[in-house]
Amino acid sequence: MDVELQVTVENLLSRYVHAIDDDRLEDWPGFFVDKGRYRITTAENYERGLPLSLIYADSRAMLADRVSALRHANIYEAQRYRHTVSSTLVERIDGNTARATSNFQVVRIMHSGDSILFAGGRYLDRIRLDAKDLRFEEKIVVLDSCSVDTLLAIPL
Amino acid sequence: MSAGPASRAWPSEGLARVPYWIYQDEDVYRREQERIYRGDAWNFLGLEAELPEKGDFKTTFVGEMPVVVTRDESGAIRCFENRCAHRGALLCLADRGNAKEIACVYHNWTYDLRGDLTAVAFRRGIQGKGGMPLDADPEGQAPRKFRVEVFCGLIFATLSGKTPVVERYVGPDVAARIRRVMKEPIKILGGYTQVLQSNWKLYFENVKDTYHASLLHLFFSTFRLNRLEQKGGVVVGGEGGSHASFTMMKSDLSGDEYEKAGMRSASGGYALQAPQMLESVDEIGDGVTLQILTVFPGFVLQQIMNSLAVRQVLPKGVGRTELVWTCFGYASDDATMTELRLKQANLVGPAGYISLEDGAATGFVQRGTAGASERASFVEMGGRTVESNESRVTETSVRGLWQQYRRHMDL
Repeated sequence: MDVELQVTVENLLSRYVHAIDDDRLEDWPGFFVDKGRYRITTAENYERGLPLSLIYADSRAMLADRVSALRHANIYEAQRYRHTVSSTLVERIDGNTARATSNFQVVRIMHSGDSILFAGGRYLDRIRLDAKDLRFEEKIVVLDSCSVDTLLAIPL
Repeated sequence: MSAGPASRAWPSEGLARVPYWIYQDEDVYRREQERIYRGDAWNFLGLEAELPEKGDFKTTFVGEMPVVVTRDESGAIRCFENRCAHRGALLCLADRGNAKEIACVYHNWTYDLRGDLTAVAFRRGIQGKGGMPLDADPEGQAPRKFRVEVFCGLIFATLSGKTPVVERYVGPDVAARIRRVMKEPIKILGGYTQVLQSNWKLYFENVKDTYHASLLHLFFSTFRLNRLEQKGGVVVGGEGGSHASFTMMKSDLSGDEYEKAGMRSASGGYALQAPQMLESVDEIGDGVTLQILTVFPGFVLQQIMNSLAVRQVLPKGVGRTELVWTCFGYASDDATMTELRLKQANLVGPAGYISLEDGAATGFVQRGTAGASERASFVEMGGRTVESNESRVTETSVRGLWQQYRRHMDL
């Protein structure tokens, strides 16, 4: 195992989830390369080869639009996430790219105090290694469940 | 939460009031199951394209009743109760699949794709011992079979022999607007389920409520995609519970009704960095950029620019509803068109730019009315009656829902 690569990738994932959980959403697009792809789908769509996503972006600009819509346009009750990421398997594809597969769980905490296990599943990541900081070329969030409670505003 | 029998009378103002107990009462919920879902309504079950091959099946629900939908050996779509004649266990546990027959896992009673009981394990016992009496008639307890109609690729089912055919049930105007979207063979892009913490009727009202669209959903109004001064209209069909609303988008808008009224949704000034997502194609050729259509009690057909979807509204208790979304394109779509639809799918669903608020808004009413069973919604935008309307500053299709609902429920 490439220990240094493993540690660097896990550090990227940790910084990524802390940015979301700390409500630093403006930093979120910066974890992706300029033409980075991000999508959230369900395990059922993924396994059946169906291309639909709940959220789909193919550029950092689209991710930035998602953040500004959340900040200025969309209405939703105050809520926070707490991510846990674990069991990350890292595989080097070539000198510049690695693949990482992780498990994740997200607890959603409403302003009322209600906490639920909101989402769980896998992160399927392709990561660019040659930049100064590692960045996602692609991040596919595969939800284990086919259903989402109420709404999904903040990204996973 | 149950209101007293005396207060269960519909308010004297008629369709312009909706009593809050209608969203809260367990008895009302049970009667809906009998009188609407298992009564004489057409229940939407899914798309014919989900079952392309003979032997394909899916499981879903008619109200709370579990059902199996199949394509039989002759190619016909069938629907029957997902309940074994023997002990009442679920016959079919998988969400979808392909089979020649369906066997109950409990005691291996076997059914064909039409829901007919074809074999009872050890019916005559083993070596002359055990088995059922010769005059036993378990077939008489077989799962109930539905009358099925496939209209424009949409599968509907009812237990009633009296319900008029779908086209007459929804009326000619709504039928024409179904045909408009379901104009050619489709290709399924995927789906998901959204859990709403509210009564099913609050969601069905929300979809019919053209008044809220540009006020709650800021994303569209900020980009001038669905402002009420744009050309459009609402048609109400059948007994009132089916409707279609549509908008013809103008790209060079000069209307300033929102700014004059000082509405929150007019607070603009923010631009998208990647607006290509919203570059839609007038693929139907009539200039309608947005059409939302419902069929009572649980079907929604959506065309939001080039994002096409059906939504099945499933009641899961007085205060809980599941919304099953299936997004699709046309079989003839090329890769560019599919990519556009996948991008515009960002507008809809639980994470949709213009729909995520609906997931919460219906819950706000459910929670807001918790202590007010005896009070009522005030529904007088566009008058107090039900008719088609050129303006979308109206609640006519919401009143239409209650007109049909009250007939089914005898309320």
